[in-house]
Amino acid sequence: MPEVIPAHSVGLVTPQTFHFDEPLELSCGQTLSEFDLVIETYGSLNENQTNAVLICHALSGHHHAAGYHSMDDRKPGWWDNCIGPGKPIDTNRFFVVSLNNLGGCHGSTGPVSINPKTGKPYGPDFPMVTVEDWVHSQARLSDRLGIQCWAAIVGGSLGGMQVLQWSMAYPERLQHAVVIASASKLSAQNIAFNEVARQAIMSDEQFCEGRYLEKDTIPRSGLGLARMVGHITYLSDDAMGAKFGRELKNDTFSFDYDVQFQIESYLRYQGENFSGHFDANTYLLMTRALDYFDPASQHNDDLAKALSVAKAKFMLVSFTTDWRFAPERSREIVDALLEADKEVSYLEIDAPQGHDAFLMEIPRYMQALAAYLDRVADDCSVSDSSNQNREGQA
Amino acid sequence: MSRRNDFDIIRQWIKPKSRVLDLACGDGELLRSLKQEKQVKGYGLEINPQNIERCIVNGINVLEQDIDRGLGNFRDGSFDTVVMTQALQVLRHPHLVMDEMLRVGRECIVTFPNFGHWRCRWYLSTRGKMPVSKFMPYTWYDTPNIHFCTFRDFEELCRQKQFTVIERLVVDNAHKGGWKTRLLPNLMGEIAIYHLTR
Repeated sequence: MPEVIPAHSVGLVTPQTFHFDEPLELSCGQTLSEFDLVIETYGSLNENQTNAVLICHALSGHHHAAGYHSMDDRKPGWWDNCIGPGKPIDTNRFFVVSLNNLGGCHGSTGPVSINPKTGKPYGPDFPMVTVEDWVHSQARLSDRLGIQCWAAIVGGSLGGMQVLQWSMAYPERLQHAVVIASASKLSAQNIAFNEVARQAIMSDEQFCEGRYLEKDTIPRSGLGLARMVGHITYLSDDAMGAKFGRELKNDTFSFDYDVQFQIESYLRYQGENFSGHFDANTYLLMTRALDYFDPASQHNDDLAKALSVAKAKFMLVSFTTDWRFAPERSREIVDALLEADKEVSYLEIDAPQGHDAFLMEIPRYMQALAAYLDRVADDCSVSDSSNQNREGQA
Repeated sequence: MSRRNDFDIIRQWIKPKSRVLDLACGDGELLRSLKQEKQVKGYGLEINPQNIERCIVNGINVLEQDIDRGLGNFRDGSFDTVVMTQALQVLRHPHLVMDEMLRVGRECIVTFPNFGHWRCRWYLSTRGKMPVSKFMPYTWYDTPNIHFCTFRDFEELCRQKQFTVIERLVVDNAHKGGWKTRLLPNLMGEIAIYHLTR
């Protein structure tokens, strides 16, 4: 718990809920007649609404990206390293918006919400949502916030996919796209890991075909297992070795299957912790959204063609030891952007932490991100003055 | 007037609104001035983290990419001009990079230091040691420069590969030409600036 709020923190923050009445047609063919999105905002929107930055979250993330909800919070939001006064996404300059996506389990409409038609939780009846659907819902949110064009949209991993989708679906509505440790589509190996995670959940006896909330149970062990698999893929072998090695919990082998090695203890802790606050149906849904994303597929597998409509300037970052979203995956996007003659910068950060590196305070990464967002801020003021000019001419 | 006088010469050889790839682009100074003065669209390749950051600050599209691994991610003829200043001598396979430059670009501009300059020759012949100077401040074992050549060597490579020399300039350390460098380029010139095509 923070006894005092650390310097450069956005401090205590309160989420807000936005209700949307207009039906949202989803890629799966179903329609959500109404929905809620929970968001947090940091910093303030300038007069011309040109300094807004949208943060798209990864698989298990949500709206709480920075600051603390109360003085009892043990940890700040998931991307507190990056968002705050004087941090790379500087809240002295930018109005930062972070949300919990549709299908999430932290307040936005999702499987744990009450289905207005039945009065019971949606559970497995919650429609499958895709990256495309998320971006549509985020565009509605932008309208509500009065943001015609985002100065930048930023996201890592699954969040990066949303940024890519924004650049194609609403090219006029973002100036900069920052895509970190991401991919334009998952590899077969990625999908395989997601399937193992889903099978772990679905084969848990407590899963009850997804209706566990109605039965007042939770598929804890399945969800825990899914998270353990995930965790292994988010770290690199080196990072795991450096952190745990073959260190034992006790001095001697006990010749049974209780926790023996530190890494086992760590994974079990992560799994149990996660299963206490994340919804199993949401996990299934989000991994499926990951699997499905592949914008090039509608363009004969030509990603450059898919990205040709984009107008944003792009910044991509990858990490050398990330094998879940390897640098090659980022380079595929960069190559497609080059082919499509787009403005793009690309950094490959040498970091030992694997996929998790995108959440960490790695000096070179932070400096590069700060430098890029400086440029974004410059572009904001440019568009500010051009707006004024236009108004002046009119 | 830029810090690098060779950039002034290079700028004259690049057409307005063309597409430029700058290999080992440093802090992006050349691309920035080309963007401002000639509305050039371009990308820089760089591997030095500080330089990459400065490119970002300078508003330059910079890609972290090792030239020694080739330019396989760029299509044939996708650039009007590919530039490489003062990097030829640090490459592992300079001749292959030259091939790549004239594959992805219709033209290329290369600048490099001349190891045939009289001062190098004098140093080597009088002391019998690899030259160390303000201009080339490294000792033989820790130098990034692993492929020094003379103008004559480079011209020979161009002949072998049948590159056409559109223009060449031989200048001194301050990137200025003069009667001495024109008369005896390989002896008096410190830096060569070549404008090539296939």
